[in-house]
Amino acid sequence: MASYKYHILLCGGTGCTASESPKIRENFQQILAEKGLDDDVQVVTTGCFGFCEKGPIVKILPDNTFYTQVTPEDCLEIVNEHIIKGRKVQRLLYENPEDKKHISDSKHMGFYKKQMRIALRNCGFIDPENIDEYIARDGYKALASVLEQHDPAATIDIIKKSGLRGRGGAGFPTGLKWELCAKNAADQKYIICNADEGDPGAFMDRSILEGDPHSIIEAMAIGGFCIGATIGLVYIRAEYPLAIHRLQVAIDQAREYGLLGKNIFGTDFDFDIILRYGAGAFVCGEETALIHSMEGQRGEPTFKPPFPAVSGYMKKPSNVNNVETFANIPVIINKGWEWFSSIGTEKSKGTKVFALAGQINNVGLIEVPMGITLREVIYEIGGGIKGGKKFKAVQTGGPSGGCLTEKFLDTPIDYDNLVAAGSMMGSGGMIVMDESSCMVSVAKFYLDFTVEESCGKCTPCRIGNKRLYEILDRITKGNGTMEDLALLKNLSTVIKDTALCGLGQTSPNPVLSTIDNFWDEYVAHVTEKKCPAGQCKALKQYVIDAEKCKGCTACARNCPVGAIKGTVKMPHEINQELCIKCGTCIEKCKFGAISII
Amino acid sequence: MEKIKSLADLKKKREELQSKIELREGGENVENLVQIKVAMATCGIASGAKQTMEAIIEECNNQNVKAVVTQTGCMGYCYAEPTVEVKKPGQDPIVYGHVDTKKGKELVSKYVVQGEILEGVIPVNYEKIDK
Amino acid sequence: MDTIKLTIDNREIEVPKGTTILNAAKQMGISIPTLCHFEFKGMDVHNRPGGCRLCVVEVAGRRNLAPACVTECMPDMVVRTNSMRVINARRTVLELMLSDHPNDCLQCAKSGKCELQALAIRFGIRSNPFVGPDHAQSSYQIEVSPSIIRDMNKCVMCRRCEMMCNEMQTVGALSAIERGFPAVVSTAFNQHLDHSPCTFCGQCVAVCPVGALTEVDNTAKVIRAIVDPSKKTVVQVAPAVRVALGEEFGMKPGSIVTGKLTAALKALGFDYVFDTDWSADLTIMEEGTELIGRLTKYLGGDKSVPLPILTSCCPAWVNFFEHQFPEMRDLPSTAKSPQQMFGAIAKSYFAEKINCKREDMVCVSVMPCLAKKYECGRDEFKVNGNPDVDFSITTRELAALIKQANIDFTKLPDEEFDSPLGESTGAAVIFGTTGGVIEAAVRTAYEVITKKPLPKIDFEELRGLEGVRSATIDVDGLPLNIGIAHGLKNARKLLEDIKAGKCNFHAIEIMACPGGCIDGGGQPLHHGNGDIIKARWEAIYQADKNMPIRKSHENPSIQTIYKEYLGEPCGHKSHELLHTHYFDRQTTVEVDLNK
Repeated sequence: MASYKYHILLCGGTGCTASESPKIRENFQQILAEKGLDDDVQVVTTGCFGFCEKGPIVKILPDNTFYTQVTPEDCLEIVNEHIIKGRKVQRLLYENPEDKKHISDSKHMGFYKKQMRIALRNCGFIDPENIDEYIARDGYKALASVLEQHDPAATIDIIKKSGLRGRGGAGFPTGLKWELCAKNAADQKYIICNADEGDPGAFMDRSILEGDPHSIIEAMAIGGFCIGATIGLVYIRAEYPLAIHRLQVAIDQAREYGLLGKNIFGTDFDFDIILRYGAGAFVCGEETALIHSMEGQRGEPTFKPPFPAVSGYMKKPSNVNNVETFANIPVIINKGWEWFSSIGTEKSKGTKVFALAGQINNVGLIEVPMGITLREVIYEIGGGIKGGKKFKAVQTGGPSGGCLTEKFLDTPIDYDNLVAAGSMMGSGGMIVMDESSCMVSVAKFYLDFTVEESCGKCTPCRIGNKRLYEILDRITKGNGTMEDLALLKNLSTVIKDTALCGLGQTSPNPVLSTIDNFWDEYVAHVTEKKCPAGQCKALKQYVIDAEKCKGCTACARNCPVGAIKGTVKMPHEINQELCIKCGTCIEKCKFGAISII
Repeated sequence: MEKIKSLADLKKKREELQSKIELREGGENVENLVQIKVAMATCGIASGAKQTMEAIIEECNNQNVKAVVTQTGCMGYCYAEPTVEVKKPGQDPIVYGHVDTKKGKELVSKYVVQGEILEGVIPVNYEKIDK
Repeated sequence: MDTIKLTIDNREIEVPKGTTILNAAKQMGISIPTLCHFEFKGMDVHNRPGGCRLCVVEVAGRRNLAPACVTECMPDMVVRTNSMRVINARRTVLELMLSDHPNDCLQCAKSGKCELQALAIRFGIRSNPFVGPDHAQSSYQIEVSPSIIRDMNKCVMCRRCEMMCNEMQTVGALSAIERGFPAVVSTAFNQHLDHSPCTFCGQCVAVCPVGALTEVDNTAKVIRAIVDPSKKTVVQVAPAVRVALGEEFGMKPGSIVTGKLTAALKALGFDYVFDTDWSADLTIMEEGTELIGRLTKYLGGDKSVPLPILTSCCPAWVNFFEHQFPEMRDLPSTAKSPQQMFGAIAKSYFAEKINCKREDMVCVSVMPCLAKKYECGRDEFKVNGNPDVDFSITTRELAALIKQANIDFTKLPDEEFDSPLGESTGAAVIFGTTGGVIEAAVRTAYEVITKKPLPKIDFEELRGLEGVRSATIDVDGLPLNIGIAHGLKNARKLLEDIKAGKCNFHAIEIMACPGGCIDGGGQPLHHGNGDIIKARWEAIYQADKNMPIRKSHENPSIQTIYKEYLGEPCGHKSHELLHTHYFDRQTTVEVDLNK
């Protein structure tokens, strides 16, 4: 049986691979074999360490030594010194930029870690269907202390001072929201959890509910106590069956332990939670529409005021918070507002969970402190752009957000900066696009979504978004005019100005931000009838270079519509009328004779 | 089930639970105390985490490894689902990505039993907020 | 009262707290365009979904524009109702609305009265950037029911109809379905109106700003019947028509135009111009006798008698209880409505008199109502497939006919109804408003029961426009408990009370439309002006006062028909001709899943 004394972990991320980590691996293996150490030391390539700027990274187990900027030439020294003599190679150790001291044990270099898990603290650690595991990790301690102190105003004050803002997207201060609802006296109030996550690509709420449902139950009880609600409602989309199951299991367990129900923790506080299923309409994430849907009405927003804090569910004062917002509450109570407010930027405190997606290596769910830059997120956490392509834009805020270009890569991410940059936080979708993305098509994609998801109540959203989509569609098909661009701008502005709810008021953002940042691309579609990214099918032309074509007939034989004609050993030609732009010919051509123009 | 009626009750419960876990972790017998967590959020399940978990349990039985195999929530590594965290007593946990049934079995037979680290390690690069 | 000072278009104004920007501006003479907003003053009807976004205004400090119809004035608010930002937004929104509207104004029933058309004129829309081959237009099947045509291609989603159907009438036939661009107001599962709980009250049609909901137009049928030499045309006119028709010719609301109306119908060429008031008197004889019969039995100790007796003149109300309270269908009087009593008599008694075959007679009714169109098509009102009333036209359709015929209505000399079905009493004309039917019944019942003349003919305690009213009439020592409801929301309240056993009424009058027939779905459009309804209401009672005879049983030609033809009220012949029965029509939805 093999029993390794050391493991050499080698970063296999894109950055490190580009800077010779395969060569390093080879060297290690060769050196170890030469010295007969290959039974004692194992060399393993791992995923990205998220520390690409200091790559290539080599980590030695079991002592957690973290070497940075290792070159293939360093391998011998590492083996000789570290593996054989047990002496760490000081010059390769990570140097703390603050005191210039070398840190030998990576356990002590937490600050290099770009991510910080608050809302996701238990996800991936505990068994979500076992309340004991939650309690073992300080679960329900916050609720207990809040109830023991029995001072709702003081608890609201803690939340206010923490600087927590709504994670659903708009970023309204949570403590203030609670305070407004607490002020309104009523015989019944409700605290509502918005689990109607609808942004395309965003799934942090689902992950929290699936991974740590008790944190939501605990936070809702705390919120309920603060605003004076004895009933909590979770509006959750029926498309989340596992989240529903785990939440229901958690609610049952909490009831068994007496953490929901009458006289919680022996106090006079009664609280219980009911689940309400949504049919997955995007607009039902808007709080008034959500409330109407829960009441059994059509899921449509109504004009505010009155705000739910005054007249919400069943016309009673209600407070609606998003899942991720709730997930932060117990931690803030346990660790104090001072701790929470020390994280993040001046006006945006704590962390934000993002669903990192698109043309990026490490697609994933990440939680980062507010104030991190897009560059850090994309290159260090996300492992950079797929296939080494060039970064073009990142879309945040889903269909309500906008595209951020290279010039915003170093802007600290927080609510206000994103808005200033023409996008928004949204619920946390973050889609990275490379140079092959056509920005007109991107705008069209989001409009397609809002057209589908508009409730149809107000004219600008019902008809305006449809018209925006149609104009964009026209442009991507090469039928747009310069007047269309002016029309797009005006219509977008008017929709923003006149739509009834947040959905319509933000739906033109993808159009406006792509027009602002990629005007030339729009113009190219209109005037030159060209898609610079080569994505718009209607604007592509496949052509055969007569110089390079050998007349092998491979393209003609494989063309599914018979659009390619030509005689053997003579240059072929593509009939543009027939061509459906499927790209088969390019794949089949061995001579690189076919290109897209 | 006994209700938790006060903060003191809760603290007692927590200490009980934590000591139980510590008891598990502090034991001497390596084979007895391996903890394996399989990320079983919707996305994990969709990528085959259930089958992976079954394979791991099966392999533990085959290899006579007494491990605690549990489900857990999303670890966040969507690009590498299914993801599995293996913690051998006294060692830092290691997260593996792309753990299909074959690899799940290897995790037990090679990493747990033989101590050989497999390809597909995902370095955990986030800060925890635990004490 | 708390007041608020604010500035609108550089002028200061002080308004009570809670006033909307729209109303504050109106007080200053600033007209902000609206479309979805609809307020029916005095009827507790308010539609302000804030959906059309045509009323947007600029409020200083606000990120986006505010809808004036729902935004309340706040202290020191600075509002601009006419900045170019506002004008541009409104114009764009209107263009959007028009881009999804079939521009077939030439053939549209609402042309000239369409609020969208008026806005297009006001904004001077000459072309539309959002119209073209790339731009989709809604495409819904046009649906024709016996009373109402739904052309949802014209729907602007103002939701007024939905509000009337659900809040005012609690019928629940219409609501928004689908979402996004295809969103539209329709029935559940987009079923045909015939298969919905629709009562055909027509209140949706009465408030529709565009031509999406209109009445089934029978004017062409009227013309062709008159033209046909083989047909005898007989027309009847409902009481409420005579106090509203004048409005269509610029006369002031509440003008009583009975004489001109008669003259116009004669000028149009009807062979016989009769009055539904005549059959209203007949209704009182039948319904009153039924009431007295049930009451006598009840007081005699038979507690199984179905009480309270409910009036049955209103076809929308009949539809309502058949759909929503079928288990209580033994309560309403079995007496047919005046329209149907008229038809039954015209095609029997009168046809015999003039020696005309049933098939050769075309019986037309002029009604303030859309449900009457449906009612005359019911199978139980046909003999061998030939309907007692061939078809019904509304007050609005009659006005259109008169205009087509180039008749100068306002200058017409007064003429009299023909005999014998034209003679009526004051008791009949008050059928046209809430409380009128029951007052007419009480006038007759009192004298029949007590055999004494009425001490006072006007029962003020039964009059009014409150939704639910009640009164106890002293019938010579016998206290008669009367309940009255108008608007089906209020009818529902009374029915729920009866169901719960919380009701001690002996008789209840119900009319489906708010205010009764004076505000029927077929009347000239009131655009939410409650004063118009009030004027018609006053005119009804004035018309009553103007009549020489004011009690139904004193109508000489009614007395004659009982002597000559019917025998006695609720007798054998009456039952055959003048009474009906009701059905369980509770709505079940059949959904074709393959569709």
